[in-house]
Amino acid sequence: MTTVTTTPTSGEAEAVIIRRAQPWWQLLWRDKFACVAAVWLTVLAFCLIIGPELLGDTATQLNLRARNAAPGFDNGPMWILGGDPLGRSLLARLIVGARNTISVALTAVFIAMTVGGTLGMVAGYVGKWVSHVIMRLADVVQSFPSLLLAVIVLYMLEPRVGNLIIVLATTRTPIYLRVTRAEVLEIRERVFVDASRALGSGRFHILRNHIAPIVAPTLLTIMTVDFASVMLSESGLSFLGIGIQPPAITWGLMVAQGRNYLAQAWWLAFFPGLMIMFATLSANILSSWLRLATDPVQRWRLETHKKEEDDK
Amino acid sequence: MLHSSIALIGLIVAVFFLARLTGDPTNLYLPIDANLESRQEFAKLHGFDQPSHVQFVKFVKGIAEGDLGFSIRKQRPAFDIVLEAYPTTLKLAFTTMTLVITCAVTVGALAAYKPRGVFDRVASISSLSTASAPDFWVAITGILIFSVALRWLPTSGMGDGIEYWIMPVTVLMLRPFGLQVQVVRASMLGALSSAYVKTARAKGVRERRVIYVHALRNALLTIVTVAGDQTVGMINGAVIVETVFGWPGIGKLMVDSVIQRDYAIVQAAITITASAIFLLFIIIDLLYVALDPRIRHR
Repeated sequence: MTTVTTTPTSGEAEAVIIRRAQPWWQLLWRDKFACVAAVWLTVLAFCLIIGPELLGDTATQLNLRARNAAPGFDNGPMWILGGDPLGRSLLARLIVGARNTISVALTAVFIAMTVGGTLGMVAGYVGKWVSHVIMRLADVVQSFPSLLLAVIVLYMLEPRVGNLIIVLATTRTPIYLRVTRAEVLEIRERVFVDASRALGSGRFHILRNHIAPIVAPTLLTIMTVDFASVMLSESGLSFLGIGIQPPAITWGLMVAQGRNYLAQAWWLAFFPGLMIMFATLSANILSSWLRLATDPVQRWRLETHKKEEDDK
Repeated sequence: MLHSSIALIGLIVAVFFLARLTGDPTNLYLPIDANLESRQEFAKLHGFDQPSHVQFVKFVKGIAEGDLGFSIRKQRPAFDIVLEAYPTTLKLAFTTMTLVITCAVTVGALAAYKPRGVFDRVASISSLSTASAPDFWVAITGILIFSVALRWLPTSGMGDGIEYWIMPVTVLMLRPFGLQVQVVRASMLGALSSAYVKTARAKGVRERRVIYVHALRNALLTIVTVAGDQTVGMINGAVIVETVFGWPGIGKLMVDSVIQRDYAIVQAAITITASAIFLLFIIIDLLYVALDPRIRHR
């Protein structure tokens, strides 16, 4: 898709600037921070996918000579970040732990987006009563502090991974619900929806083919920022001992375990937390880039213009 | 307002029945080899042998009289225990929110004043970082640096000196501060590019007044909304901070009671917290009316 813009210059013939719609990697390259964030997240994805297969043995391999080893090169390249009380390589455990930490957060956010988005579309498009009931349910969930709710529910049921995901997804669903409903309420007044209805389309058809594609970019942007929040929540819960249980590895749990050795082996608690922070930070940075890139009105900030001064 | 009350009542009901569903409390309080008779006696004594809905009716009746149940583990009325824990959390939350709002408004307003300037970039990056940092990790790193290595501050505990407050409040402050700076910056950017600010400047109003009187007042509505949400979320953060720093507040009380299966305290704490949140929403609604004259005249 090319856009043609004309800029009138005083007295001379009008100059014509032809801009091609730019591929997303060019948009990404313009924002250096978002680049770094994307690269880091790719590294994490790599760890997530093949980390445990590649390093599973190293992560559980006891090496009592490396008990609480300080970060350094003494015990070999794997122990560059130090060793835990049983001598296991901290680096290996971090990479293997990425899978639990990230996949729990990712699954929870995905479920929340799907359920919240669907309910939001229903609430926005179907009749008043349905909308009311759904919104009240969302209020119940949203009005209480989420961590506290998670603590309560997870101790009522047992702290299994499945329950953890459900609880996290439930606490985040209302956000997607509200945003979707607000957007649907606005979109359904537009002309093309009317036209579609005049042609005889059913509600489901309209929701799926016309409304959903418009709501999707917003939801995607929210999902990125939400992923960060859910990661922090899951880490907090694991830290309190109510999230993922040992012997499964997750970064929050590693911080809790490292807390006992704070004076002797500070790296045990420091590096897992640092990993959490980098992952969250990358997600947040990428999300603000996404907000600009998916909004046609704001996209110009990320595009390269030839013969034009960078306008900020 | 009616909607909030329905929501919160629903919550209290849900937690009550969820707690009863999880299992037999007699397993927790009596030794494993207690025989059936003792279990039945125990259940009868504390009303666990009644069907759940009867227990619930009893509970609701109790609320009217100010009796929110009796803590089995602590052998005291749950209401008293919860009420004792609240001031700690309230002090923490109040101090933190005041600091968050004052600092975030200052920083955010200054950042919005010169968008893309040095201050703005630094503020944006640091606010993004603080909003992304896991609070328990920052707390532990803080203890590591300031208590263990430098020995400037105590590791934990709640005492009289200000040194006991510095780390808990700073840690609790980080996330709301980070978020709030971005919110303030965004709304101030909007306000500063608006027509009324242009008019004020054209009139020759002093720049400082333009920022703090004209622009800020209009940005305040969004800021208050976010601040209200954050105050409720403060209870979340307080759970972690109170656990790491050992402050006997409501967050720590709830986590401990949930782990110890002390239903009465969990119940009482949720009821009181839910009512407090309900009151907070009412206050925020009133604040809206006070801040935005357009709402008043509707």
